[in-house]
Amino acid sequence: MTECLQWARYHWQRLMGGRNRDDNERPYNYSSLLACGVKSSQTPKLAGKHRVVVPHLRPFKDEYEKFSGTYVNNRIRTTKYTLLNFVPRNLFEQFHRAANLYFLFLAVLNWVPLVEAFQKEITMLPLVVVLTIIAIKDGLEDYRKYKIDKQINNLVTKVYSRKEKKYVDQCWKDVAVGDFIRLSCNEVIPADMVLLFSTDPDGICHIETSGLDGESNLKQRQVVRGYAEQDSEVDPEKFSSKIECESPNNDLNRFRGYLEHSNKERVGLSKENLLLRGCTIRNTEAVVGIVVYAGHETKAMLNNSGPRYKRSKLERRANTDVLWCVLLLVVMCLTGALGHGIWLSRYENIMFFNIPEPDGHVISPVLGGFYMFWTMIILLQVLIPISLYVSIEIVKLGQIYFIQSDVDFYHEKMDSTVQCRALNITEDLGQIQYLFSDKTGTLTENKMVFRRCSVAGFDYCHEENAKRLESYQEALSEDEDSTDTPSDSLSNMAKPKAPSCRPIHNGPLGSKSSNHLAGSCLALGSGEGASEVPHSRQAAFSSPIIGLSSLSGMPIKSLEDIKNLFQRLSVRRSSSPSLASGKEPSPGVPNPFVSRLSLFSRMKPAFPVEEEASHMSESPEGPRNSPCPTEVEKQNTDPGLPEGKVAPSPGQPLASTLCYEAESPDEAALVYAARAYQCTLRSRTPEQVVVDFAALGPLTFQLLHILPFDSVRKRMSVVVRHPLSNQVVVYTKGADSVIMELLSVASPDGTSLEKQQMIIREKTQKHLDDYARRGLRTLCIAKKVMSDTEYTEWLRNHFLAETSIDHREELLLESAMRLENKLTLLGATGIEDRLQEGVPESIEALQKAGIKIWMLTGDKQETAVNIAYACRLLEPDDKLFILNTQSKDACETLMSTILTELQEKNPAFPEQASLRDGLHQPAATQDSELRAGLIITGKALEFALQESLQRQFLELTACCQAVVCCRATPLQKSEVVKLVRNHLRVMTLAIGDGANDVSMIQVADIGIGISGQEGMQAVMASDFALAQFKHLGKLLLVHGHWCYTRLSNMILYFFYKNVAYVNLLFWYQFFCGFSGTSMTDYWVLILFNLLFTSAPPVIYGVLEKDVSAETLMQLPELYKSGQKSEAYLPLTFWITLLDAFYQSLVCFFVPYYTYRGSDIDIFAFGNPLNTAALFIIILHLVIESKSLTWVHMLVIAGSILSYFFFALVFGAVCVTCNPPSNPYWIMQEHMLDPVFYLVCVLTTCVALLPRFTYRVLQGSLFPSPVRRAQHFDRLTPEERTEALKKWRGAGMIGRGPSKYADHSAAKSEKTAMSGPPAAFVMMSAPSCAVEQGSLSVHETALDSDFCETKASGMAGPSDG
Amino acid sequence: MAMNYNAKDEVDGGPPCPPGGTAKNRRPDNTAFKQQRLPAWQPILTAGTVLPTFFIIGLIFIPIGIGIFVTSNNIREIEGNVFMYYGLSNFYQNHRRYVKSRDDSQLNGDSSALLNPSKECEPYRRNEDKPIAPCGAIANSMFNDTLELFLVGNESYPIPIPLKKKGIAWWTDKNVKFRNPPGGESLKERFKDTTKPVNWVKPVYMLDSEPDNNGFINEDFIVWMRTAALPTFRKLYRLIERKSDLHPTLPAGRYYLNITYNYPVHSFDGRKRMILSTISWMGGKNPFLGIAYIAIGSISFLLGVVLLVINHKYRNSSNTADITI
Repeated sequence: MTECLQWARYHWQRLMGGRNRDDNERPYNYSSLLACGVKSSQTPKLAGKHRVVVPHLRPFKDEYEKFSGTYVNNRIRTTKYTLLNFVPRNLFEQFHRAANLYFLFLAVLNWVPLVEAFQKEITMLPLVVVLTIIAIKDGLEDYRKYKIDKQINNLVTKVYSRKEKKYVDQCWKDVAVGDFIRLSCNEVIPADMVLLFSTDPDGICHIETSGLDGESNLKQRQVVRGYAEQDSEVDPEKFSSKIECESPNNDLNRFRGYLEHSNKERVGLSKENLLLRGCTIRNTEAVVGIVVYAGHETKAMLNNSGPRYKRSKLERRANTDVLWCVLLLVVMCLTGALGHGIWLSRYENIMFFNIPEPDGHVISPVLGGFYMFWTMIILLQVLIPISLYVSIEIVKLGQIYFIQSDVDFYHEKMDSTVQCRALNITEDLGQIQYLFSDKTGTLTENKMVFRRCSVAGFDYCHEENAKRLESYQEALSEDEDSTDTPSDSLSNMAKPKAPSCRPIHNGPLGSKSSNHLAGSCLALGSGEGASEVPHSRQAAFSSPIIGLSSLSGMPIKSLEDIKNLFQRLSVRRSSSPSLASGKEPSPGVPNPFVSRLSLFSRMKPAFPVEEEASHMSESPEGPRNSPCPTEVEKQNTDPGLPEGKVAPSPGQPLASTLCYEAESPDEAALVYAARAYQCTLRSRTPEQVVVDFAALGPLTFQLLHILPFDSVRKRMSVVVRHPLSNQVVVYTKGADSVIMELLSVASPDGTSLEKQQMIIREKTQKHLDDYARRGLRTLCIAKKVMSDTEYTEWLRNHFLAETSIDHREELLLESAMRLENKLTLLGATGIEDRLQEGVPESIEALQKAGIKIWMLTGDKQETAVNIAYACRLLEPDDKLFILNTQSKDACETLMSTILTELQEKNPAFPEQASLRDGLHQPAATQDSELRAGLIITGKALEFALQESLQRQFLELTACCQAVVCCRATPLQKSEVVKLVRNHLRVMTLAIGDGANDVSMIQVADIGIGISGQEGMQAVMASDFALAQFKHLGKLLLVHGHWCYTRLSNMILYFFYKNVAYVNLLFWYQFFCGFSGTSMTDYWVLILFNLLFTSAPPVIYGVLEKDVSAETLMQLPELYKSGQKSEAYLPLTFWITLLDAFYQSLVCFFVPYYTYRGSDIDIFAFGNPLNTAALFIIILHLVIESKSLTWVHMLVIAGSILSYFFFALVFGAVCVTCNPPSNPYWIMQEHMLDPVFYLVCVLTTCVALLPRFTYRVLQGSLFPSPVRRAQHFDRLTPEERTEALKKWRGAGMIGRGPSKYADHSAAKSEKTAMSGPPAAFVMMSAPSCAVEQGSLSVHETALDSDFCETKASGMAGPSDG
Repeated sequence: MAMNYNAKDEVDGGPPCPPGGTAKNRRPDNTAFKQQRLPAWQPILTAGTVLPTFFIIGLIFIPIGIGIFVTSNNIREIEGNVFMYYGLSNFYQNHRRYVKSRDDSQLNGDSSALLNPSKECEPYRRNEDKPIAPCGAIANSMFNDTLELFLVGNESYPIPIPLKKKGIAWWTDKNVKFRNPPGGESLKERFKDTTKPVNWVKPVYMLDSEPDNNGFINEDFIVWMRTAALPTFRKLYRLIERKSDLHPTLPAGRYYLNITYNYPVHSFDGRKRMILSTISWMGGKNPFLGIAYIAIGSISFLLGVVLLVINHKYRNSSNTADITI
């Protein structure tokens, strides 16, 4: 009973919630109203926006009932139906569809005696069948949910029971708000709860949130302030506080509230204190918490949105054609009505065959005509393809099944394959015209590798990492191995370790990396170091060693840097148990305020060591070349190796077993890089960071505060107390643009120190630009020393901000601003984010497929452009235009300049026409002209998106093969997509992997999420989720093409089928006085569509393959037919209808003339008509099919046999049934009559002859590219290569001898041999990047001072 | 959906699974079916490939057409059994409500239906408070002219040609579908409590003198009840059986047709006809089918020739893929 109430309440709430989020507390009111019928005077004020949680224990019983008693309990119910309400509710939902309403209308209409055309019951049949099929589908889906719910509800957890004074097992569903729950390691959290106790001495616990957001790293949560200090486990009996927090909401990253002790003292609560349902406890022996949200009010459940329903372009198209069919139906019915009226009026007397009404009078022609209209609607109802919608759904399920079973989408490393989250837009995949891609994590791997750094104005490159990069994979797998085995000596470590060391982005560790180190010196000379770095001569690691060795004397500050550096690693776990200092197993305990994100990295400078080294030795080292330094280091590291195994001395030892987990991959890269220079992060607890310096031994930094990263500030800071100087130091790391602005301004009287700073700043900026040009991600690191008083002062204010419930974000932001200013620049780092495998090939193929690709990234221009070259979005000889202006006017002028120039050079772009036609004549544009690329920065984009410039902007982009938007915010990304989508009316696809791509993914017609490094938000918002960008190629070119072709042909076929069949009835009306007679047995009439001819088109829709996957991959051009909607144009629809009319005419009149004047009776006349129609309709499908497998054959044979079987059985059994269209013995009679066969054969041939001939002529005289490509499938590999070459050669005329030809030919050869459609040759990503990077062209082209002034003057490589 | 995923994750995530361990392998099966690589017949319709089809169709259809045509024309010769039809034109026996106006159960001898005919029969369901048997408009409008055929020979009086009444309905209709109601000895008794259709002169049990051709199983009645498909139709009326192989069934001469006129057709502008015809294996005389076959066969043959030319001219282009886009 209570359950029922709660369920009802939950749904109430959802209803209300829809209107106003803040009303969430309302259910409380409602329920109390319901319960006692008293006014809301009963509900205390707290009902407002907050919820109050009191312990679910006896002493608080009254209070509990007052507050928490009415909150939803932890039982979840995701099903829509119950046994009782299934039928009414499902019907109710189904009748929301217009198509079903139409059928209902028809069924009802047939119950009007005057109009009745069929037996009443028969008309219900299609409706019932359709409803039943859908109901069964819904029911099964719901039942599955029900079983899962049940399973989850019955999971067991430990809940405190006052009766037994201990934690007892209870099902999840019995957990209520206010319960105390104790969880052990690896248990799943049953409800959202506030963490009150953790066995970890520091009061933290780790949770894995992959079930929730897919992020595989661990998050740290901490005990509510005040409880952490308690040594013993929190005793629920003594817990007398109350929790007040916000109402349930779906923001995973927000939780605000406070805990009020009995003495009115309040402690703030944040999301750091909240354990979320669905997450798993890791690395912590046990935790205790009090439930604040349960069941459907947990954040996890509130975040669940149902599947996405979008309507595909094709379906919209089909819907308009359904409307045409409706119109056609009306016309036909009007004809019937009119005809009947006229027919009636011809007779003055009553004839035998015009039966009077039961009461004896005869209806007038007008009235007769009117009734006839409705009768005809019933009779010809099939013209509206009811079964179309059901079939489309079934077909799409089939298509999705095949997409998901495609083994080519399988990604080993992540053990994941494609996920289709939207069930009904598969065919849109075949019509994409614009592709919007994110960069980081989508095109690139988002696995960061440290490459270069600049310290105090000197540039260092990091050779060792290059090595590391290559063996990345290997190392990774080894890591896993090594971490899996409980090599650890400390037993208590073993347990937490296993779960936490997941194969995330750990860098290489252990012995592996040291091996690399050792090996790296050899490679140095030849490696990329030499080739890659013309300008920076100093190898980063030449200095470090020296630095280290001379460390003793160095300034403290650099030391600090180092260590800070390390801390930033969000360390999660170091495997070195010794560090944990024998306390409890888990690494560290956060301090109340550190709590924010304990994981947060601190931002420190990347290479402290270097920095100092350079300071010390300054210029002397100048031109040192890379190779030199390594010796020392080698020595240093080598010992580390064995040590890993043996008992390590506290110092350097465990390097080999360290495994870092970082919040962001950049940070991990930095920490690993640091370790390579002997600054090893040893351990990191919320209070301190231990960094091990080769020369100095371990230093412990006291961690005072962390200001986590956020996208507004674009930086993060950490405040530490330096162990040696004892000063309070703030380290900030962040985007260069941001940090540069925060640096302390040189005072006018410029001391030499400041001058030096200025020089450093300038140099660093130069290096930054250089890094960006190489496609590296840049970060700046700066610091600031504070006095203790300053710090205390700041801390006090910050504290206030932290504890406030309202406006906390704003206050925290302000507080951060107060801290992060007047910084001193330390240096910068450059991290490489290498391209994903297969990206350039995919992009190339997609471009050839006529898809315009835009890259939208938040990165800076240089990085973005560089990646664009690397992934072949831009070709070296592309003409590049850069739009980077600070004012709207300038932007406008520049755009028109570029446009004029483009149009001059390329007459193929006439102004407006280019907007649409440019897409549609790719051959023309490609052949005739040079390709152009447009780069636009965030600022200029802002102007371009303004209404007045939109048009011009679009025109401009229409002339460009590729567009790169850099420095774009998530909002801009989605606006760009929206702009293109709405103004050009094109099909858009957005692909991205991170939270910042979500809006863009949602706006686009198709959103694709890459399930990558940055969690699952993008995937959650997407329609399809892929593991890798390269899979997009096959998804679009092959599956998209197939799905589109299949579905559009199937839909056309449905129209054809229904029109052709229904018209038989229509023609007959001309010979029966338009009286609405059907010459067919009603059952056959109904079953014809429902049964006999329904399966073949569905099979066609699922299995048809016009061109093989290999060919589609090799000839991306074939995709263009889908973009142009060639398979289903308005014209195609009308031609199909015409053909349907023709066929029905033939199908009616051949038997008509054959039997004219004979003694044939109505239903015997209908029989050959029906039979011929069946053959015509099925053979029509065979003609349209490009490939027929045994499945097709089976289904076709099944259809025909089932028809005859039914006709024969029904004809034999049905002696008096089914009046008046009694089929008794008709089929049997006909089967013995040769004329029947002659008629059927003749009719079928005549009906299909035109289409067949047309197809043949089309295939011979003017074959479409798709048709020609079909020949490829029959060629041997060698012939295929040859043919491909020819094809390309023909297509490429005008582009000059293209390397593609050979390229792809070579490729195809490979593929042909290897068989499966791995059409893309893999190129190792790094090599690509390097190759591109070394082209001097880009550097010149992109020179920073270039852009604004003479954007148009930009040229390709020749200028360089 | 999303809920499902999440829910499942919760469940799956429950037990600690070692990282990197043998997690569930989600790799799809690499089978021909799942990878859509089933062997398939891939017809490519080009002139070259379908040439034979057209010729074959032509070669088959033309002879068939000729055969049919000849057969159909031969029907003219009045040999073998001759069928005597009456024809009506402009009679819409296929009007929707007319077609419905019958009760098959009653006709099948169902006693309850006999006394309580289906509502479909309205307004010919009851008359003077008695159920009509057979009910409905079709029965009510049964053709009731009588045709008699005489050979006017050299003698002064015409010789009546013997007309066979039986064997004109489908066997199944006569023996299965139509049955007299069970019960009493005489037919009349079985039909007691019913009344004749309004337009009929005699009740149903007086349709014929022979008991096995009377009542519902009267073949004229059965034939009438099989409603014609088109407004101009004929219905089999009598058989003229061939007496011996030596003489034609209907020798040449003058014949005299005697019609007892009962059936009015003026009200609907109808016509009546009497047709004599033999039938062949393919039914009555109808040249259409034969001509159509010959025509289609010829067209197909011609198309074959055209395609041959096309194939010759465009062979290259249709077999390879080297036309420019």
